[in-house]
Amino acid sequence: MSHTFFIGFSYIVTALVVAGLILRAVIDHRIQVRALADLESRGIGRRSRRG
Amino acid sequence: MKGASKSQYGRDPTHISGMPNRARTPYKPRLWRKRYSPCGDLHVAGAIQDRYIQPMIRELANPTRFMSLSGTLLPWVGGLAATLLAVGLYLVWFTAPADYQQGETVKIMYLHVPAAWLSLFFYMIMASSALGTLVWRHPLADVSQKAAAPIGAAFTLICLVTGSLWGKPMWGTYWQWDARLTSMLVMLLIYLGILALWRAIEEPNRAARAVSILTLVGAVNVPIVKFSVDWWNTLHQPASVFRIDGPTIHPSMLVPLLVMAVAFTLIGVALHLSGMRTEILRRRVRTLTILEAERLDAQAA
Repeated sequence: MSHTFFIGFSYIVTALVVAGLILRAVIDHRIQVRALADLESRGIGRRSRRG
Repeated sequence: MKGASKSQYGRDPTHISGMPNRARTPYKPRLWRKRYSPCGDLHVAGAIQDRYIQPMIRELANPTRFMSLSGTLLPWVGGLAATLLAVGLYLVWFTAPADYQQGETVKIMYLHVPAAWLSLFFYMIMASSALGTLVWRHPLADVSQKAAAPIGAAFTLICLVTGSLWGKPMWGTYWQWDARLTSMLVMLLIYLGILALWRAIEEPNRAARAVSILTLVGAVNVPIVKFSVDWWNTLHQPASVFRIDGPTIHPSMLVPLLVMAVAFTLIGVALHLSGMRTEILRRRVRTLTILEAERLDAQAA
C-alpha cells in the first residue's frame, strides 16, 4: 500500500470522529432543549431559564 | 424546598438537579484554614481563599450564570477553532515540507500529536473536576467531568488509530506492545470504563462520586503515558516538542503543528462547553420530570 493510503485514511478517520462528536453534541442539545420546552409548556417549569 | 431558593450557589440551587442536597448544604469555611491559621503563610493563603477563590468558585457554581457565559463564549470559541483549523490545514498541506526520512507520511503527525495532547488534556480536566467533586463539592465539577469523558475518549481513539496508521509505513507494524502505545491503550480503556460507570449508576450524585474516585485512580496513568518514552526503551520516539533543551522539530514543521494543536484544543473546549450546557439541561429535565411524577402521585393520593 502506498503512503497516500495511510495519510488519507488518518485524515478521514479523524474527520469522521470529530464530525461525530459535533453531531452528537448538537443532537443531544436539541433533544434536551425540546424536552425542557415540553415540560415547561405543561407548566412544570420552576423559575428555570434556558441558556 | 424552603430555604433552598437562596444559597451560595445562586438563586435556584436545584437548577442543576440531581444535586439538590449538595446545593442546600450551607457554606462552611475549609477546616484546614482554621486549624492552621497560627501559621502566617497559611493564614494569608486562607484569607486569599476566602476573599478571592471562594467567591469565584461560588460565582462559577451558579448554573444560570454559567449557561449565560458559555452561551456567549461558545460561538466565538467555535468560530476561532474553525478558522485556526483552516489555517492549520493550509499550512500542513501547502507550506510544511516533507520529512527527509518519512516523506509525506509526516503529515499524519499533525493529527496524531494534537490528539495525543488532547487525550492527556481532557484527562487532566477530568481529574481536576474529580477533585472539585470530592473536595469542594462544586456543582459544576461533575457536569464538567461527564462532558469531558467522551471527548477525551474520542481523541485518544484518534491518537491510537493515526499512530497505528503512521506506524505501519514507518515501523513496518500497526502495533507494538511498547510502553507508550500500551499506556495509551490503557488510557482509552480507562476512558471507556469511566463512560460505562456514568451509565451504570443512574443517580447523578452517586455516579459522580464513583467516577471521581476511578478518575483519580486512573490519573496515575497520565505521567506514565508522558514519561514512558524516557523511562523505558520504546519503539516510539522520545518527546520532540516539550523538552528542556527546546523543540527538535524545524520551525517549518513546528509552526503548523502548534497551529493544529491550538485548533484541536479549541475544538475540544467548544465541545466541552457544549457538553456541559447539555448536561445542565439534562439535569433540569430530570428534576422537572421527578417533580411532575411527585405532583401526579400527590394528586392520585
